[in-house]
Amino acid sequence: MSSDFARGGRLRVLIWKEFLEIRMNPRLFGIVVVAPILQLAMLGYAATTDVKDVPIVVADGDRSSASRELIQRFDASRNFTVIATVTTVTEVEPFVESGTAWIALAIPAGHGADIATGRPAVLQAVADGTDSNSTTAALGYATALIGGYARELVETRSAAAGISRPDAGAIDARIRVWFNPQLESRHFMIPGVLALVLLLVTANLAAMAIVREKEIGTLEQLNVTPLRRWELIAGKLLPYGLIGILDILLVTAVAVFWFEVPLRGSFWLLFTISLLYVLCTLALGLLVSTISETQQQAMMTATFFFLMPMIYLSGFMTPIENMPEVIQCITYVIPLRYFLVIVRGIFLKGVGFAVLWPQVAALAAWGTVVVSLAVMRSSKRLD
Amino acid sequence: MTSVIAVARKELRQIVRDRRTLMILAFVPAFFLLVFGYALNFDVRNIALAVEDRDGTSESRALISAFVNSGYFNLAGVVHDPRAAEWMLDRNQARAVLVIPEGFGRTVTTGGTAPVQVIVNGDNANTATAVVGYATSILQTASAEFSGRAGLWAPPAGAVPQPVSVEPRIWYNPELRSALFLVPGLIAYLTMLMSVTSTALSIVREKESGTIEQVRMAPVGTFPFILGKTAPYFGISLVSAALVFLAAQLLFGLPMRGSWLTLGAAFSVYLLGALATGLLVSTIAETQQVAFQIALLVSLLPTLMLSGFIFPIASMPEFLQAITRVVPARYFLVALRGIVLKGTAASHLLPELGALAIYAAAVLGLASLRLAKDRA
Repeated sequence: MSSDFARGGRLRVLIWKEFLEIRMNPRLFGIVVVAPILQLAMLGYAATTDVKDVPIVVADGDRSSASRELIQRFDASRNFTVIATVTTVTEVEPFVESGTAWIALAIPAGHGADIATGRPAVLQAVADGTDSNSTTAALGYATALIGGYARELVETRSAAAGISRPDAGAIDARIRVWFNPQLESRHFMIPGVLALVLLLVTANLAAMAIVREKEIGTLEQLNVTPLRRWELIAGKLLPYGLIGILDILLVTAVAVFWFEVPLRGSFWLLFTISLLYVLCTLALGLLVSTISETQQQAMMTATFFFLMPMIYLSGFMTPIENMPEVIQCITYVIPLRYFLVIVRGIFLKGVGFAVLWPQVAALAAWGTVVVSLAVMRSSKRLD
Repeated sequence: MTSVIAVARKELRQIVRDRRTLMILAFVPAFFLLVFGYALNFDVRNIALAVEDRDGTSESRALISAFVNSGYFNLAGVVHDPRAAEWMLDRNQARAVLVIPEGFGRTVTTGGTAPVQVIVNGDNANTATAVVGYATSILQTASAEFSGRAGLWAPPAGAVPQPVSVEPRIWYNPELRSALFLVPGLIAYLTMLMSVTSTALSIVREKESGTIEQVRMAPVGTFPFILGKTAPYFGISLVSAALVFLAAQLLFGLPMRGSWLTLGAAFSVYLLGALATGLLVSTIAETQQVAFQIALLVSLLPTLMLSGFIFPIASMPEFLQAITRVVPARYFLVALRGIVLKGTAASHLLPELGALAIYAAAVLGLASLRLAKDRA
């Protein structure tokens, strides 16, 4: 019994030692607190694929009241900003070429007459396809705006002709968007930051903490102490686990209270699964530390071979279902992939364990494999 | 000049000795382009669609095939009650649900208006916007067809059915492939990352190994020393950038509509700025570990987030837009996309090239100043 107590005491001392070391390194504190906040700010404010205020240039070859009304409609819409009105189509080219206008709308001569006499009027829109993503959205806005204009014209005409019920079409499309009705990309990106920050902070720091002891030779000293191997590993990793918990709370609080991302599911479920995820990332750090000899190697390995592929291939930026089959297969070994589904599910959809258990199971399996790998490697090295 | 060459030769010898780092610097960017270029994709296709068909007539089936035949939607499953549809949305098995009400077929054949519901998973705003757009246009077309068939409102042959319509034409990237937008960004990102990290360690390494003392004594001016340090990495970075660019052309069909000379000039000033950034980091940091962290922080995050690589700068809040003005990748991306996709002439890119040159000169100057202070 007394030996159990002593062992618990040893572990506590080791954790305390690690915390002292963290405190002696003020830069580390910066990474732990500043990095998450910096990333939240960047992703919360910069990472928006929302398209608004599309700059548009109009070539008004008609100069009638009808054409002016149409331009007015574009300018009044919050989706567009009319930056210039010119007369001929050739004049719009420099605007599109330099990227100052994303769309050029050409109203041909005779547009007003067509509208007045009821002949179908065709407008031309030239879009800069360089940013395919924004262009798709911008063209969608333009089509919808002109469609609305057309509908109004039909209505006024049928009213003038004395037809009481204008043709409303056979289908009344009712499109509803769930989970994120305002279609704010922020709501999608910010929960992802939780996953990213935990990975960056815990995996990197844990890897470097162990390699540092290797580099300065103190690992040998720890090896000859009566510490068991699991105590050594737990003592080195636990402080970073606690930092991870701090980051979970920090990021969740900023997401909910500052960026007003809805947390529809259970906080405790989110917290519990995040802990599991932190165990996985710590295990990854341990694994990196066992295959690196110097801190530089550890950083290079962690950054280039784990962090970057994880950022790009996890679905953090672009949906996995858009990727080619081969790359989709690779994504299955990335723990971030599962955790992203979990955080986004809990935050936006409010789903519970009944829906998320496959992801949780995958995460647990991944953690087990990596821990075993790391322990196997370190047993060769440390003992 | 001779001292520049001497320093450059010494640095080159050191680089060549470390084969592994050389290989990483030269080939890793092209390899990353291969993987990430395929992974980064905004094109929304194969949208998993669940269908709740409460009608079961030939008309409702025609509407379902209109969705499937559009090429955008894949039928992920047919459900019979709303809870099953919700379940599929929750588990990401379906991204959209099409709900056709009872009596749909009868209503549309007799000239009435039938409500059709589409529920879209909005978690990813970007994908959802595209899905909403596709669904709207499919439903509009189907609506026009049904009313035409019902004989209510037959558009005159060959005429445009709408009183006003728009004919979109898309320049530079007619198929709207997101690869053409993202691959130039990836090129800027990878070359920046490699250049900054390569030089970021170079002076710190001398500090750590103590050889900086010898440099301090050597009869080399600070600026020639900086230039000599940069020159070999400049060569390696150019080779690496050329590899990445060729890979992008081969793998992703990136066009080249402008002049190679302008492209070379843009790459040169951009890489020079990146290498100078690394050197500046190197003069600030005391250990390689710190240097690497700072290098990542100044190159990785801003180039990814604030350059217009993925997220349009125009959509950012004002204060962030102001910050993007000091991110060199911002200017390089305008130049690169302009040259490659639009064939923009150098004369139109002078502001961007000028900004890149100013950035490179300023950072090189700062690095020399810091080092001179160190040596004094």
